[in-house]
Amino acid sequence: MSIDANLALDAFKIDEESHIQIIDEMRCKERCQTRQCLYVCPAQVYTLGQEGEILIRYEGCLECGACIIACDIGLAWNYPRGGFGVQYRFG
Amino acid sequence: MAEAEKVEVVIVGAGLAGLACAYHLADAGLETLVVERGDFPGSKNVTGGRLYLHPVRRFFPPIWEEAPLERHVTKERLTAMGEGSSVTFELASERFKEKPYHSHTILRAKFDPWLAKRATQKGAIIVPKNRVDDLLWREGKVIGIVASEAEIHASVVVAADGALSFMVEKAGLGQGRKPQDYAVGVKEVIELTSSAIEERFGLSDGEGAAQLFFGSLTEGMFGGGFLYTNIDTISLGVVVGIGALMEKAPGFELHRLLDSFKERPEIKPLIEGGHPVEYSARIVPEGGLESMPRVYGHGILVVGDAAGLALNTGLIVRGMDFALASGALAARTIIEAKKRDDFSLASLSRYEESLKESFVLKELETFREMPHFLQNPRLFNLYPQALAESLERLMWIGEEPKEKISTTLWGEARRLIPSAVGDLLKVWRI
Repeated sequence: MSIDANLALDAFKIDEESHIQIIDEMRCKERCQTRQCLYVCPAQVYTLGQEGEILIRYEGCLECGACIIACDIGLAWNYPRGGFGVQYRFG
Repeated sequence: MAEAEKVEVVIVGAGLAGLACAYHLADAGLETLVVERGDFPGSKNVTGGRLYLHPVRRFFPPIWEEAPLERHVTKERLTAMGEGSSVTFELASERFKEKPYHSHTILRAKFDPWLAKRATQKGAIIVPKNRVDDLLWREGKVIGIVASEAEIHASVVVAADGALSFMVEKAGLGQGRKPQDYAVGVKEVIELTSSAIEERFGLSDGEGAAQLFFGSLTEGMFGGGFLYTNIDTISLGVVVGIGALMEKAPGFELHRLLDSFKERPEIKPLIEGGHPVEYSARIVPEGGLESMPRVYGHGILVVGDAAGLALNTGLIVRGMDFALASGALAARTIIEAKKRDDFSLASLSRYEESLKESFVLKELETFREMPHFLQNPRLFNLYPQALAESLERLMWIGEEPKEKISTTLWGEARRLIPSAVGDLLKVWRI
């Protein structure tokens, strides 16, 4: 299945604000060669934009935290606000 | 939430550890507040998963028989996967069919609300839909939390906020999060009829199967696959070390591993016709004893996954029993502290002692070397492949006459010996 088909199985309550931010795009560009966020995220929240910038689809975040364990340079990550985010019905 | 409330204990997170703690505190009459960021307890929680109940029975009254457990596991399977072959060991034992049962498959969005209800019945207050944003400090001591801009004061804060614990970080109790100390797991829940599950796995009514996989499915990375049968769903997933995944990247996407796993002939017929109903992910502490945070500080205790209380021995994966027991032990410490009216660091340090005296830290101590042992990539490529290949060679009848069994085995052994001797020696240490 594509990741979108996988995520379509889940219920999400989407906040207007993202709970994930890039601290500074230049920092990612200059100091990060590996772009681990693109690969370790099981929901593919992170994709590469045309200018080589990191795009964030926070709406489909499964809130596992793998990204901030892999990245110690560029991410400001918090859990979504109370009552928002993924809603597991099986878990 | 009203501002500047004061309670005896605030617990951050309504998972198994937090709820177990709340249950006991409330039972002892302590004013206990559990703050949970999800819509309801369990809505953010994920397990593989299976719960071993024997280790925790002594910490609770006999409440488990009423719990929304899925199936009791009567069949244990371990599969070594090669590229085009695999070897499965199956243990079936009558002992697994005896009550009280040895282990149960569970689904957290069903199980946790039940435990929450039990805690609530005892008098605990659970406030969902609120994220705890910060700890409150006074003179170097944690004195409460901030949730949704409201301050709540407490004699003790219990950090039960899971494997990615911001409370541990904010309290300065952690060692930093190293990629080698965590794995990331993805899981699909696949709906099937109860009768299809029992037929496909050869189970009687209510019985369940648990199967772990290692080898080519993780393409040489530290990790493996799992399959647990629930009442009318199957939990199927893959777990991979974050450190290993980072070495493998770029270009490697985790969810593709699960897709390939589902296509394997060992799996495909088992889930045929089933409907995927959920896709979930979580991180798992894999560092064992050596990467644990400090479990107590001034005004704070750490329980469950937040304390890194998980154990993977390759054959057995545990965490939820540790979570329940650590929550109960933290409650015991707090209840004793309350009796003495002494919430000092020395008083709370009793929690660590009680963990050491319990199975929780005894087992983590016994398997102290396990995380190092499991970092060996040969466990995930060379050995499972060699096992499957050599058995295939023994079983295969071709046009040519067969060689002696010893010749086949020796041929295989010669390939493995350079590394296997050293690795076998390591086995003796775990």
